[in-house]
Amino acid sequence: MPFEWAFLMDALQAERDQGITIDVSHIHFRTPVREYVLIDAPGHREFLKNMVTGAAQADAAVLVVDAREGMQEQTKRHSYLLHLLGIRQVIVTINKMDLVSLAQDRFQKLSKDVRHYLSELGLDLQHTQIIPVSARDGDNIVTRSIRMDWYEGPTLAESLDGVQQPVSVLEMPLRFPVQDVYKFDERRIVAGRIETGQIRLGDTLMFSPSNKTARVASIEAWNARIKPVAARAGQSIGITLDEQLFIERGEVASLVANPPTLSNVFRGRLFWLGHAPLKVGKRYKMKLCTAEYTVEVQAIERIIDVNDLGMRESQEVERNAVAEVVLRARGLIALDPFDYNMSTGRFVLVEDYDIVGGGLISMEGYADQRPTGIKSSNIFMVEHRVPEPDRWRMNGHRGGILWMTGLSGAGKSTLAFSLEHYLFQRGYQVSVLDGDNVRHGLCSDLGFSPEDRVENIRRVGHAAVLFARAGFLVITAFISPYRADRDRVRMLAPGLFHEIFIEADLETCEQRDPKGLYAKARRGEIDEFTGISAPYEPPKLAELQVDTKAHSIEECLAKLTDYVSRTFVVTK
Amino acid sequence: MEHLDIIESQTIYILREAFNKIDKLAILWSLGKDSNALLWMVRKAFFGHVPFPVVHIDTGKKFPEMYKFRERYANDWQLDLKVGACPPVEEMDPTLPPAARSAARKTAGLKAMIDREGFAGLLVGIRRDEEGTRAKERVFSPRGEQNTWNFRDQPPEFWDQFKTDFGPGTHLRVHPILHWTEIDIWRYSKRENIPIVDLYFSHNGRRYRSLGDQDITFPVASAAATIDEVIDELQHTKVAERSGRAMDHESEDAFERLRADGYM
Repeated sequence: MPFEWAFLMDALQAERDQGITIDVSHIHFRTPVREYVLIDAPGHREFLKNMVTGAAQADAAVLVVDAREGMQEQTKRHSYLLHLLGIRQVIVTINKMDLVSLAQDRFQKLSKDVRHYLSELGLDLQHTQIIPVSARDGDNIVTRSIRMDWYEGPTLAESLDGVQQPVSVLEMPLRFPVQDVYKFDERRIVAGRIETGQIRLGDTLMFSPSNKTARVASIEAWNARIKPVAARAGQSIGITLDEQLFIERGEVASLVANPPTLSNVFRGRLFWLGHAPLKVGKRYKMKLCTAEYTVEVQAIERIIDVNDLGMRESQEVERNAVAEVVLRARGLIALDPFDYNMSTGRFVLVEDYDIVGGGLISMEGYADQRPTGIKSSNIFMVEHRVPEPDRWRMNGHRGGILWMTGLSGAGKSTLAFSLEHYLFQRGYQVSVLDGDNVRHGLCSDLGFSPEDRVENIRRVGHAAVLFARAGFLVITAFISPYRADRDRVRMLAPGLFHEIFIEADLETCEQRDPKGLYAKARRGEIDEFTGISAPYEPPKLAELQVDTKAHSIEECLAKLTDYVSRTFVVTK
Repeated sequence: MEHLDIIESQTIYILREAFNKIDKLAILWSLGKDSNALLWMVRKAFFGHVPFPVVHIDTGKKFPEMYKFRERYANDWQLDLKVGACPPVEEMDPTLPPAARSAARKTAGLKAMIDREGFAGLLVGIRRDEEGTRAKERVFSPRGEQNTWNFRDQPPEFWDQFKTDFGPGTHLRVHPILHWTEIDIWRYSKRENIPIVDLYFSHNGRRYRSLGDQDITFPVASAAATIDEVIDELQHTKVAERSGRAMDHESEDAFERLRADGYM
């Protein structure tokens, strides 16, 4: 086989044998101006994931168009992806000019095509260079081509040297995603990388989505001559706080004045790499900086045809496609629109063991859900002196809420009290909040209208959270028919809330009718009875589903106790 | 930020991801300049601690200076050192060229260590600029049941989101200094004053660019006797870093075969 320039990058035998690039490669070079890392991304359609892997790390891109072929679908796809990945500096080379007789008119026609497509993407073309080259012979790469003396613009090397460094991220609002919390010695160090902005000693940080605040007591460093008093975007750091907050990986620290958006629903412009298509109703693990959430695809709004930038509708997103989707999570997510902050405005989706897609966040049409509903402005959240993990260690289990929801007669109360008894016998701090019982006290002023039901659940939710924060395992047994109400409780305490669907169909419940309520409702003696004259919205993302029609009480109880023993263990 | 600070921060970020995501993690320590710099950054990332075992796969054929270095710094840095032995060369694939066959012992020693200790992830100090197949590596690189590298279907890796979920029986190689160059390592070692085995410096007109087993590693002609002179030399040399490593040059794909089979 004769020597090919491509062998420089195609280090694998299989690549040289087949004459194709299989995977992304990096090579270093320098000009008198600066050093470069060239990332070679294979262009074949089926190797999109490698293209994304390569391009996502770049500050600028060189798009290579074959002078004979012109703008192909693949070139358009790449341009679109560069745009999607936020790469705004693009240099275009029209290569293999020697194969089109070094013709100026061919170059001008292709330049026009390229400019047309890129401007449709919304790129600012003022600084975009289009360069005729013959890479094999070196024309217009580093030295000017004598053969194409009609071209008066810069060479590729000159264009690269003209690329601007990325905009400073120092002046942007602080975003410091917590990567880990270390307790190797007496220090409790919150570690992570500052994505944007700066941290100074004494700054008050707000952590989202938990909404806790604390001041920076120290910025830790190993082997440093002097202890730092400030840290800035790009640095991997560790800080200690003036209060013993319970903070976990995934929280995003900001300054109080400019926190990230909180929402459980957002839009994503997404490229899909999964072998199985993305579908409405499917769930994925989402990673956003260091945080992980479970999200469900609520809607596929449109598929974007990268060829003509047209839109079409579909119920599925196939591998290698780009789409706009709406994603919904159980709890609140700390995020930013991509246009506002690149780092906290993008995410990847994981299915099974693999990253299957990436996307950019837009909040168009959705509001910030950061809670502001406190009526007196003189109320501040006070952090307990006894941290929750200390309570967990003393109790031997974590605190939390097992929120049972289901139709009347589905078995909520029966299972709740059986589970309470079982766990209490084994030393758990456990208590049941039962629907009928709270209506005798805490909620005795409430009826069964939709508004009163909402208020009922709100109060019970807050009471349950107080119990859970005190280290208790709280079991609630409420019909809680509205999804939005249950989601609201979940948002009060995202890590503590466990939704458990006690499932039995209406017919079964009506046959059981332990309190004779269905019979009354059928006779019209009870208004707004769930299942008969009021709706029940089953959970979409319940942590556990217990089918009391198909299984005996003992089997259901075993499923519950198994879940508790797995989920509420104290680690470390 | 300066260049060295940028690449150091990226390495620390990767180290912390690996430590958070991988249950049984260990670091490979070859005693060479790259793994010394990596170990140094582990101590930075974890504020003076090395919170996982440090593994040295010992072919028994390293230079005496390297063994002395190992004993001294394992003690000074309070490392949880685990030394793994390698099987004899006769047990290695006989179709490999001689030096590669000898180097394959290290892969076999590593596999035995992984099996014995049950490591789910290994931090390895390879760099993209060293060699062409390493240039194609991912930062989080999954390995099959036999430690094999499937370079035909590597996972996507972007926005610092790494492959941190993997099925039973597979494990991860994590490459925290993949983005560093040889000269970066030297400049950083100088700035941080990281200890270095003396073999890297010129004696009688020759020095080692890269350290391996005594019988398959050769010095290059060089007058660079200090760290500054090494940095100066690297700015001008056209000699490849691994030119003194016999196993890279025996046949076109010998090193690729070693790596696909689990070599570092």
